[in-house]
Order: sequence, then structure tokens, then C-alpha cells
Amino acid sequence: MSLDFNVETFRGDYTFKNSAKAIKRFPFPFPEDSYMYSVNMEPHVPGAVGSVFEHLFDVDEHYVAEMRDRAQVLAEDPLRCQTLPHMELAGWDLLELIMESKARDYPQWFELHKDGDNWHWINKPLQIEQKFTFMDASTLPYGPMEYITRQTQGDFTLQDQRDDDLWIEAGMVTTQADWSLDFDIGMSFKQWHAPVPLAHQMNIFDRALKFLLKLQHGAPVRRFNWTMTVDALLDTSPENYPKWGPSKTTMTPETIGHRQHLRVELQTLHRLPRSNAIVFPIRCYLIRFEELVTVPKWARRLHRVVRDIPDELATYKGFLRNKPLMLDYLAQFDDGQPTSPGFGAD
Amino acid sequence: MSVGAPKIPVVVAEVVEVNALIKRFRFQRRDGAAMPVFSGGSHVVVEMDDHGTRRMNPYSLMSHPADTLGYEISVRRDEVGRGGSLYMHTHVRPGMEMVLSQPVNLFPLDARAKKHLMIAGGIGITPFLAQMAQVEAMGGRFELHYSVRSPALGAYVEHLQEQYGSRVHVYYDELKQQIDLKTLLKSQPLGTHIYVCGPKGMIAWVKATAAAMGWPALAVHSEEFLAPPVGLAFEVQLAASGKSFTVQPNQSLLEAIEAAGVEAPYLCRGGACGQCETDVLRCDGHIEHNDHWLTDAQKASHTKIMPCVSRFRGAALILDR
Repeated sequence: MSLDFNVETFRGDYTFKNSAKAIKRFPFPFPEDSYMYSVNMEPHVPGAVGSVFEHLFDVDEHYVAEMRDRAQVLAEDPLRCQTLPHMELAGWDLLELIMESKARDYPQWFELHKDGDNWHWINKPLQIEQKFTFMDASTLPYGPMEYITRQTQGDFTLQDQRDDDLWIEAGMVTTQADWSLDFDIGMSFKQWHAPVPLAHQMNIFDRALKFLLKLQHGAPVRRFNWTMTVDALLDTSPENYPKWGPSKTTMTPETIGHRQHLRVELQTLHRLPRSNAIVFPIRCYLIRFEELVTVPKWARRLHRVVRDIPDELATYKGFLRNKPLMLDYLAQFDDGQPTSPGFGAD
Repeated sequence: MSVGAPKIPVVVAEVVEVNALIKRFRFQRRDGAAMPVFSGGSHVVVEMDDHGTRRMNPYSLMSHPADTLGYEISVRRDEVGRGGSLYMHTHVRPGMEMVLSQPVNLFPLDARAKKHLMIAGGIGITPFLAQMAQVEAMGGRFELHYSVRSPALGAYVEHLQEQYGSRVHVYYDELKQQIDLKTLLKSQPLGTHIYVCGPKGMIAWVKATAAAMGWPALAVHSEEFLAPPVGLAFEVQLAASGKSFTVQPNQSLLEAIEAAGVEAPYLCRGGACGQCETDVLRCDGHIEHNDHWLTDAQKASHTKIMPCVSRFRGAALILDR
């Protein structure tokens, strides 16, 4: 087990790092040298072996450490996980989806044995073994959504669908890019997206909502989002802003390569069968600038994206202040050569 | 941005004559694997090869949503329709191979409801069969009011009464029995949601009565699938794919587009879901809008069409497809 998973922290001494293998499979989110919002959704179908798209739910070398970090966040602030009463069925749908996927895709780590509604779940990396009755929450130590998302990387929100809208009414949110489940819970699709600049005027949310209302079971979709994070802090929450916000003011030309991270979210959307709800897993991947620039194409491209991004977006993503520092650092790796199309390294 | 889920290859496991007008069909997967579970109110699109004509009709799933061994639908025989239901009644037999879509729910229960009040007319009972099974399994509260023509044509009445007892109320037109809707709606607890599925007139009656009594519109849910109407043949031109063809009298525009080998999105094929909405580039004539999706202003502008149910009369129709 110790060979598969890193011993590392996402707080305090920040010992998080990506192995050479993790850098190689990092989901670099820019298919071209500039960035603007779009409804950039594509079918969430299995991708290349070893890539983050290989399986429905990617389990990587950071798994155990991320789950320990989540448990710490929840111990300090239980409101990071909430379920409105009518969303429990969607929680069972999610538990089934994740358990079946992981047991199928990672049989060396996870097992699921079913005898009717009597289920037996084994999670070897976290040393969990649980016998329970499917659809009977009294047989689990937590509600179904909380139980399974304490064992799954990424944040999760559950959206009920009614009245031609989606309503965020349950979630597990501890690795978020500065948004709060406790604030957003109960909101409609456009309400919780209200703070996003520019995209509303581009009708992005009208089109995205229309698309998602018709999302079919068995045909999940995915998209990327990204931001910038100082230090490998997973929990960049509004609740804790006083703790991490000021770190942006301490960046220097000497530390930026080591402390500045590109934060990428692999967001997927799945229709859930029993509840007709939609689950939105938001999986966070972090990479230090000094790790990222080991891939020449990514270094060139990130320099150009940061250089040309509109100030509104840099402000919303919280890095306008450090943009000049980032550009000075990244410029050293941009020789002006053209980059090839697509996400992959050359 | 495809929303296409994989289709389900099935074999017809059972055909049961429920009464003089209705047959029930059970489908199982050809590969023996489990069917996906679904939410009560979902439908599937059944693909038929009617002697060379491809028909794709939506039917509500009526089997227990947790039954992954098979799906069941009920089909009412429609003598004057385009032939989908007649094909199901006269040609579909146990052992036949067919193809179903993944379930889609356009008539979901509101999970927040304190009580589900279900009002069914005739074949409109089918989505409620699945919904009641699901609510019952979760310990929820519901009541069914089911209106049918006669005891002989009351599909599943005995089963329902046996299963759910006093929560099922049946009304026979022939015996001049009618739902006392005003009294019924007046006596519901706070937090009740109303669901109605049946003939057009029944849906309009329930909605209007509830609205007049002050029920919030969002607490009243209905489902009405339209069968694509027959009509006159017409010509259509597809700009993006560069094809022109004739839509036959008993063929829908969507079916004609598919028969021409052009992929077009769809979910309900009954004018309700909006998925097949298509831009009209040129319209020299009149579009017969038969859908529940477009707004009156959109319909009047003749810039959009729902090819699953709508037709055209005139000189030229050019679509962005």
C-alpha cells in the first residue's frame, strides 16, 4: 500500500508533491494558447490507459492523504457536508455508482460483494470494511453520500431536478476553489453561478442548464475548470479565507516556482437513476509551477494564457495581484515557439 | 455535445393481453445483464422495424423501478394512428429482438412532497404504477384516483386495489362515476403535489381546477405525450447535411430526417422535452406546430420547429440540420 500512495500533507508543512508519473498524467486544461469561457463539455468516456480519464473515478497517488485532509476539515467544520432530507435517495445512487465503479476499475484496492440488499464493501487503502443494507441508512456510520465521499477524492454536489431547473441540495465540499456549500445550498443553477463574470452575458449558463436538464443516465459528461492556488492547500474555502487569503501577499520571485500551483478541476456530471438527480463531482488536481514547467509545451502555453487573460477573469480566479510575478517566472520557459494543438505534452 | 446514452438490446420476454385494448410487453436484455434501475415516471423509446419503416415510440415504464430483470410497458391500441401501437399489438411476440432507449424521466415525482396525489385517466395509469412502487418502497405517502371507461377496460384495477387498498380510488365512466376534484383538492394536506396523466381534457381540467383553487402551478405536474399526427406529405431541405426529401403522410419529420441518414437529437419524440428543437432557415408556407415546447411567440415567428410532432404546408421549408 505504501508504494501506491504518498505520505504527504496539504497544510502546515505542505509536503504534497507530484511524482514524475503524476506530472506526466496531469490534466493540463488548455487545448490552445488562450482561454475564454465556453460550454466545453464532452462525453465522459474512458480515456487512455494511465490517464486521469482511464476510469470513471480516478484514484491516484494522493488518495489516502486527501482523505485524511478531508476528515480534518470535517472535524473542524461539519457544515462542509450537508444533505437536505429529500436528497438521501440521490446519496444512495451515488454510493452505488462509486462503489461499483471502484470495485470494477481498481479490484486490487476495492471490493464490493452483494447478496440482495446486503452489501459488503472493502476499501483496502483506507483499511475500511463495512457490511450494510443498501437503502437503510441506519446500517452505515454516516448518511450514504457522506459515507462514500469520505472515501472518494474530489468534492461532490447533488442537484435535484424540478421545475426546469437544477437545485444544489446536498454536497461534500472540502477541496473547493473559494466557494461555500453552506452558502449555496438550496440555490438554483443560475443563483449559484451568479458570481461568475462575463459568462452570463455570453449566455453560457442558459445553454449549459438546457443541456444538463437533458443529461441521460449512462451518458456522463465532463469539462475542465481551473484557478491558481498558493501552496498545496486543498481547502481554499471562503470559511477559511483569513487563513489562506494573505498567503498571496507573501509571494516572491524566489518562491513562486515552488509555492504557486495551477489548480485544475476535472468536473463530471452524471444522471442518477433512482432519484433522477445529477451528481457533480469536482476533482481537484494541483501542480507546482516548477513541476509544470518540466513539460516545455505546457510552460509555453501557460505563460501565454496568463499573459492574455482578461483582468476580470484573473480577478475572479484570485490571481490578478500575482500575475506580473507569474509572468516573469513563466516567461523564462517561453521561447516563442509554436505549440501543438490539444492538451497533451509534445 | 452528444447526450446519446447507449441503447439497450432486448428480447421480448412476455406479451399479455390485459384487456380488449391494452397489451403488456416485458423486455429483458439479450446479454442477460441487469437493466438499469430507473425513477418512477420514466419512459423508454421502443424502436420498431415495421416492414421497412422505422418507428420509435415512447412508452412509460410501468414495472417496479428496482426490477433489474426486465422492463414492462403497456400499449393501448390506436386504430387511427400511424401504426406504432398497431405494430406492437399485431406483430410483437415473445422471443422477438428489439431495441430500447435508456430510460428518461420527464414526469418525475417532486421528492420534497409531503404527499403525492396521483390522477390517472385510462392508459395514463402506466407511469403511476412505477411511481407508486417506488414511493411505497421508501415509505412515502400517496393516493391514486384512477378514471376508466368501464370495469372491462380498467387495466390493473384489481392489482392496484390488492396492493395499495384504500389508497386507490377507481371511477367508471360507464357507471357515471366522476372524480369529485374540488372536494379532493380541498382536503389535501399542506405540501401535497398533484400529478396528472391522461387525456388532454383531463389534464386541462385538473390544471384549471387547481389553479382556480389557488394551488401553486409548480405543485401541479402533468405528462402528455403526443403521438405524431398524420398529415399531408411535404418537401423539406436540410441545409447543413445538403439533403432534400419528402415527408410521407404517416411519417414524422424526425423519422424522415433519420430515414435520410441524418443524425438528429431526440428524447421524448412526443413534443414535450425540447431536445429535437431545430432552427428554420426558410419557411415559405405554414408550420403546423403540434408541440408543447415552443412558446407562442416562437411558433408565430416560424424560426423554430420540433420535428418529432410538427409538420409543414407550403412551398419550401429549409432546416439547419
